[in-house]
Amino acid sequence: MVAVQFNLAEHPFCKGLQSEYLEFIASCASEVSFRADKIIFREGEEADRFYLIQEGRVALEAFQLEGGPVVIQTLGPGDALGWSWLIPPYKWRFDARAIDHTTAISLDGKALRERCNSDPGLGFEMLKRFAVVLEQRLQATRLQLLDVYGRR
Amino acid sequence: MATALADPMIARPFRVQRMRQETSDTFTVELTPEDGGPPMRFLPGQFNMLYLYGVGEIPISICGDPTAPDSLLHTTRAVGLVTRAMRQMRPGDVLGVRGPYGNGWPLAEAEGKDVVLVAGGIGLAPLRSALYQLLAERNRYRKIVLLYGTRSPEDILYRRDLERWRAHLDLEVYVTVDRASGQWRGNVGVVTTLIPRAPFTATNTVAMVCGPEVMMRFTVMELLGRGVPAGSIHLSLERNMKCAVGVCGHCQCGPIFVCRDGPVFRYTDIEPFFGKREL
Repeated sequence: MVAVQFNLAEHPFCKGLQSEYLEFIASCASEVSFRADKIIFREGEEADRFYLIQEGRVALEAFQLEGGPVVIQTLGPGDALGWSWLIPPYKWRFDARAIDHTTAISLDGKALRERCNSDPGLGFEMLKRFAVVLEQRLQATRLQLLDVYGRR
Repeated sequence: MATALADPMIARPFRVQRMRQETSDTFTVELTPEDGGPPMRFLPGQFNMLYLYGVGEIPISICGDPTAPDSLLHTTRAVGLVTRAMRQMRPGDVLGVRGPYGNGWPLAEAEGKDVVLVAGGIGLAPLRSALYQLLAERNRYRKIVLLYGTRSPEDILYRRDLERWRAHLDLEVYVTVDRASGQWRGNVGVVTTLIPRAPFTATNTVAMVCGPEVMMRFTVMELLGRGVPAGSIHLSLERNMKCAVGVCGHCQCGPIFVCRDGPVFRYTDIEPFFGKREL
């Protein structure tokens, strides 16, 4: 657990987190790895965890009956993967697939949710961090919608 | 050193040596002087006015190797009257060239520093000549990073160059696209998403950015957020350049004429009016 806690503290998502929170989050964490092309989760499955990527890259995909999977976005080291564990109905909205060999810290979403409910301080810290992630993804999506490369 | 202009308003005839289709709507025209005179020397980031006789004249950045200027390369997208007609040209055809014009990228300022090139879409073309020059004098610079974003894998320019550059151990190349199928193994997302983790030391970096203005606005924000000093960010602006010598005023943007004072500008010099919709 000491190694996990150290790696958590190093991850940009946990930067500046109080040590008591870090300690609790580490108790819900484990280190995982995925070989290239491994499906990490699929749309519709229960979202009971999220991942802090350390190495490698992950593709978020939407599956279309006509045309197969479409990559929506790729994530890499330093990114947080998945927020559906935080928002009802706690189901994944996309597929996630490892593009390269990927290592990550996996966090137990259910345990974190329960603790966030009973400890508003931790809950606020998690929401602040995920608000930043959501804002970055929203901005990136808006730029994709703008089709910014089209005219030049 | 760029070739001195004899008379900046007189086009010199150049012959098409080769046409290369880059993507479905972009192409590169390779030109050599028709008059048998010396090749045109240019600085990375400069542009020429290409004149199709009887059709019209347009400004296009030079995208070839400034250290090997025997032939002149221009990449453009077929979107208007002149560029569509240009795409129909064949080897042996002749067009007029005025130039080179403009100031070019600040390569001397980048010496001893990390260099980040951020390109969007066909904005890779003017940065390609900078990259050729940087690689020709590789030991003058610290890290060199190319971040390139485009619409889809099918829209990637200069594939052979990108593969060759990726093979360089002393050059970092990252490509991202807006949308792709599951077969694509690269990055998906706008080019700004590459900036936070690109391997450069922000406080000791010179950034050179070229692409559509909306892409450059968001790129500047991301570079500033990463800690790159505002005065170390340089942008290549595109405006409606007509005379190319700062006379007609078509390319005026606030107090500047893009053709005469640019097209490359330090961000701090244009910040008050960059992105202003009234301009």
